[in-house]
Amino acid sequence: MFKTAKAAALALGVGFMAMGSAQAVEIEYWQYVFDSRVKAMDQLIQNFEAANPGITVKHTTFPYADYQTRVVAAKAAGQGPDVVQLFYGWLDNFVAGQLIQPLDPAVFPHAEIEGEFFPIVEAMKRGEDYYGLPTAVRSLALFYNKDLLEKAGVEPPANLEDFLKVAEATTQRDRSGNILSAGVTLDMAGQDHHWWREVLIRQNGGEPYDAEGNVAYDSEAGAAALKFYTDLQTEQNVGLLGFMDEGQAAFRAGLAAMTIDGTFRLGAFAANPFAWGVVELPADAKGERSNYSSYFANAIGATAQGEELEAAQKFLAYIASPEAMGIWLETVGELPARREVALTEENLNDPIRAPFLKGLEYAHTTRFYDEAAQRQTAIDMVNRVLLQKQPVAEAVAEAAKAEQAIIDAARK
Amino acid sequence: MEPARAAEGLVPEAKSLRFWDRLGIKTKQAVWAWIFLALPIAFYVGIRFYPTAQAFWLSLTDWNLLRTPRFIGLENYAKMFADPVFWKVFQNTFLYLILGTPISLVLAFFIAWHLDRVRFMHGFIRALYFLPFLTTAAAMGWVWRWFYQPLPIGAINGFLSWLGLAQQPFLRSTTQALPAVLVPAIWAGLGFQIIIFLAGLRAIPQTYYEAARIDGLGEWAILRKITLPLLKPTTVFLVVFSSIGFLRIFDQVYNMTTNDPGGPLNATKPLVLMIYQTAFSSYQMGYAAAQTVILFTILLIVSLIQLYVMREKT
Repeated sequence: MFKTAKAAALALGVGFMAMGSAQAVEIEYWQYVFDSRVKAMDQLIQNFEAANPGITVKHTTFPYADYQTRVVAAKAAGQGPDVVQLFYGWLDNFVAGQLIQPLDPAVFPHAEIEGEFFPIVEAMKRGEDYYGLPTAVRSLALFYNKDLLEKAGVEPPANLEDFLKVAEATTQRDRSGNILSAGVTLDMAGQDHHWWREVLIRQNGGEPYDAEGNVAYDSEAGAAALKFYTDLQTEQNVGLLGFMDEGQAAFRAGLAAMTIDGTFRLGAFAANPFAWGVVELPADAKGERSNYSSYFANAIGATAQGEELEAAQKFLAYIASPEAMGIWLETVGELPARREVALTEENLNDPIRAPFLKGLEYAHTTRFYDEAAQRQTAIDMVNRVLLQKQPVAEAVAEAAKAEQAIIDAARK
Repeated sequence: MEPARAAEGLVPEAKSLRFWDRLGIKTKQAVWAWIFLALPIAFYVGIRFYPTAQAFWLSLTDWNLLRTPRFIGLENYAKMFADPVFWKVFQNTFLYLILGTPISLVLAFFIAWHLDRVRFMHGFIRALYFLPFLTTAAAMGWVWRWFYQPLPIGAINGFLSWLGLAQQPFLRSTTQALPAVLVPAIWAGLGFQIIIFLAGLRAIPQTYYEAARIDGLGEWAILRKITLPLLKPTTVFLVVFSSIGFLRIFDQVYNMTTNDPGGPLNATKPLVLMIYQTAFSSYQMGYAAAQTVILFTILLIVSLIQLYVMREKT
């Protein structure tokens, strides 16, 4: 008797389970590990699941260094994510590798995307198709340590001339001239290569790439921009490449007065044990400004089909919605990718957000083919000048050749 | 199955002698040996030999993880030999080997030889030397990376400037970076080598030493005529073992130069790191396989040369 009841209960349980699995769809979301981003995404998933019972989202993260490998390897193994985050500069690789699928224009109308997002969303378009949508966009700005600037009696710089003065005033050296506290961080592996590429070269009257996307910085402008950068260490001695290992580490430790970094750093800098502020990247003598903006977009994995595809589309629509962008802004500090959410009165009056938003207006977005390799050419260029005393013009010429080779290889 | 049948065979029955029973004891032993060996052989064929053969094949293709591999002959090898970065990396790899192996072995022997005579806190001192060997290479790499930092946080530069000496760039120099990476690598492997040397020293019968002393041999002569020759098997093992280790160096380099892996300007990049980057950053699996084949060949040649040079002269 008892046995029969138990069997019946078991059968019932199995029945329910089967029903449950028939209704529920599980989709997988992948991004790389970055504390505030993971936290924000967890919250978005929670909201999404509450609004869409029957869909569960599995949130998987990988260390940044492994991230692309994991996505590629998963595809090779035939089990990729349904919704995946990617840097805009990886798009060509992801499309060529068939890791992601184009967005269905019926679900994501082009007119709506182009009307509501910042124009840099264009970088997600190949041919007639959009391949992803960003939640947030990022731009660069100059972070400064208020305490150190106050102590030196200087104001945050508005142009490059003041920038050098502030750097000099805030640098502390020992008797042998070794830097104990830097005026500005030099970190080519961080954001400085963008500053050089999209800002300094333009301010020196050049352009980094021509209309066809070929390297165009092997010029006087390129050399002048590099000289300005390397002079910070060799002539002014206001910064040292490798000081405190990384620029952001030096700034967080209160051992650097200024650092150039992106919106994504706001979350990490929030806990800094000193007062800090943000201003736009310094203008040149003519008042010209430039900026580099970039973003991580979310795309739908190539393997998503049927009800999983439907769920993935719903999820992507949600994490690209105004509500999600608001949450992302609060948690990660990155600027919303939709104009109406970004350019609010409140944000434009915010002393931290305003410089980044202004930067977005005149920002450029580099078309990268192999972001890591192209960055490496810039790192090596600066190292050749600083470590091997190569003349700047030669260093720029060599870098231009190396980067053009990467671009050519990628286009083949 | 088989033993059961063999047991049945013992029962005096009219059944004709089975095949198994007709085998000699030697043959039976051989068969059993092969049966037991079959498992590890199958394992090795599947896990080691097959992938190795596969790597040889991949080195002749343009596989990039995504497309199906296409046969391109020796193109990868031609590209590699024409690449100045490869030759730089090749040179680095051998620098790690020819600096790392002798320095670490001489140090390890020197310490082991003295430690062998120390009775006071012998176990404790030995444990201290062995400790780095137990530490994760990644953690160690990061700690050393901070040691090498410029002022004001770098411990070594802090010491140098306290002495009134100029601070050194260490990891930020194209000439100092490789030795700077090598130091923690040597330090990490030292404990293991000391233990092995100690075991080797202990295995030499005391009677030889007693006899030598009675004959009036000096310490130096004893070391040269007795200790070193009798320690040869240990030394051969350690030379081969540590050479392979230095040829395959990766963890220390990668963790100490993560912002610019193998940098600055490829000054510290060993072959394994180049393979890693080619495979998992550029996804040129075919090209990476070709580099792997070269590494395999180098390891094979170096090991064979060492075994030949240090073989027993009979």
